Amino acid sequence: MLGIGWALRRRIRSSEDFFLSGRSIPAWIAGLAFISANLGAQEVIGMAASGAKYGIMTSHFYWVGAMPAMVFVGLFMMPFYYGSRARSVPEYLKLRFDEKTRGLNAITFAIMTIFSSGISMYALAKLFELVLGWSFHGSIVLSAVIVLIYIFLGGLTSAIYNEVLQFFLIVLGFLPLVLLGLKDVGGWSGLTAKLATVATNAGFEPGAWSHSWKYMDSPSHNPMGMEWFGLVMGLGFALSFGYWCTDFLVVQRAMAAGSMTAARRTPLIAAVPKMLMPMLVILPGMLAIGLHASRGGFLPIGSDGQPEYNLAIPMLLGHYLPTGLLGLGLTALMASFMSGMAGNVTAFNSVWTYDIYQTHIRPGQTDGHYLRVGHAATVFGILASVAAAYSATRFNNILDMLQLVFSFVNGPLFATFLLGMFWRRTTGHGAFYGLLTGTITAALHYGLTLPRGAVPGIKGGFLGAVLHVYPSEMALNFWTALFAWTGCFVATLLISLFTKRTKTDEELRGLVHSLTPRIQDGHMPWYKRPVTLAVGILVVSTILNIIFW
Amino acid sequence: MSLDVRFPIGGMFSIFGAILVIYGVVSDRAIYQKSLGINVNLWWGLALLVFGLVMLGFAFRAQRAKPPTIGS
Repeated sequence: MLGIGWALRRRIRSSEDFFLSGRSIPAWIAGLAFISANLGAQEVIGMAASGAKYGIMTSHFYWVGAMPAMVFVGLFMMPFYYGSRARSVPEYLKLRFDEKTRGLNAITFAIMTIFSSGISMYALAKLFELVLGWSFHGSIVLSAVIVLIYIFLGGLTSAIYNEVLQFFLIVLGFLPLVLLGLKDVGGWSGLTAKLATVATNAGFEPGAWSHSWKYMDSPSHNPMGMEWFGLVMGLGFALSFGYWCTDFLVVQRAMAAGSMTAARRTPLIAAVPKMLMPMLVILPGMLAIGLHASRGGFLPIGSDGQPEYNLAIPMLLGHYLPTGLLGLGLTALMASFMSGMAGNVTAFNSVWTYDIYQTHIRPGQTDGHYLRVGHAATVFGILASVAAAYSATRFNNILDMLQLVFSFVNGPLFATFLLGMFWRRTTGHGAFYGLLTGTITAALHYGLTLPRGAVPGIKGGFLGAVLHVYPSEMALNFWTALFAWTGCFVATLLISLFTKRTKTDEELRGLVHSLTPRIQDGHMPWYKRPVTLAVGILVVSTILNIIFW
Repeated sequence: MSLDVRFPIGGMFSIFGAILVIYGVVSDRAIYQKSLGINVNLWWGLALLVFGLVMLGFAFRAQRAKPPTIGS
């Protein structure tokens, strides 16, 4: 089964036709590519791990985080991205601000891709460890070699095309798992009963794992350790808007669309399946922790004495799926890990080579020279990912680590974008030093606080003094993001007021809201306008929030 | 002419589905203890097969019609 999946994927990839350039894609496929770009190991393993660790509160990543953010991207950000024809975030920053802002962003973005690819590598190695019975070290080496081969064979030539395939592979590979698991525990009510044990064992009210809002009045009442304000601002605003608005791995998918209207509609269409994703990725985690509590040790215990939440999906696969379907499930997992790694390493390669090396270190060399630099960067990227994969072993939930990285990179960047796009007075100096301030604020906050039960080091508190202890890693991430956003916003604002504008209104046309012609939707029937779709999405996500209150 | 993404999707899942159905018919019943006694290979295989064929059907229909435009 695995072999066939592989062989097919290879044949499909080798075909040069792919739909990015074609005009024959219906909008729903562009939308699927948009969410598939984000449906990597982080999503599948990380969301399930969080479902086990934090319960249904993890759904806030979708119904409070992603939904409003995707609507915002579609309605407000896409006109600038699509209109400016920038092909990457650094490129937009160069057009809007200056070369140094682009350089700084390129560096943080490069670091982020390394961590993302390292996290995928960690997940793949864990899977090999489990399936093949190898040691973790051996599994890491195997993963690194596989990705290296994958990229040098031209792995990403038709990335978007593969992503749509993968979307279906993951959905159809995991759906039977969720259905079987739910049937086994006795449906939603059976699951709630099991989760009540989980919650009381952890010292919470019985409903703490199965209510998303009810216990958000105080950080001490829920497993995530958040109260509603920090969650809405930290996750809903800083992290989610930051991620969906500035992560070009995702935004690029929408820019492949054929017209402005199609580009704006892509994130909105993507939001519809995205809204239902929690059933597929969070629910398995909740099933796993329910089984863990009622059967005594379903998940293996990690070196920190906590269950290894990251293994929720792999353990469930092995538990419920017989030979045959198991192959489909494993193929889906491996495919998503591999493309997650390859996508990030390739992004690292291009950012390093074009945005850093060619611009700042050695401009004006031959194409062959840059090609060699690119190859070296790929190898370096993979080695650095190995290091990141080892640091991921310190986190029992890879989503905790991933959101930490996002809080450093996307949190402040979103403030820069917001000011840059909606206030023409924002200057290049303001953006650069603001971004720097935001990142430093994040580092300071992270260096001076700790999640409960952690030792100072990779999990924070490395600056000597620990000023505050958060109840969970995720709570620390949300607050780091919020601090970083605020730091960047205030610094950019102040510095812009005190520095001279370097770009004229004419140069900023199409890059700033007030200088961009309004898009007229009036000629379209009301049901085709992006706004209608946006309102519908927000209404449905509100209903989902109420159902799982 | 560019390839409609529904062809590979349809093809892949039709083949996956067919293999699972065959395996579900010939396999030893004992392995389904794991999946609560349900022959998931057979049933999910059928579901995948239907999904794959529907995708292929749409792709062929779209190919026969005049080339549609994006986003409409």
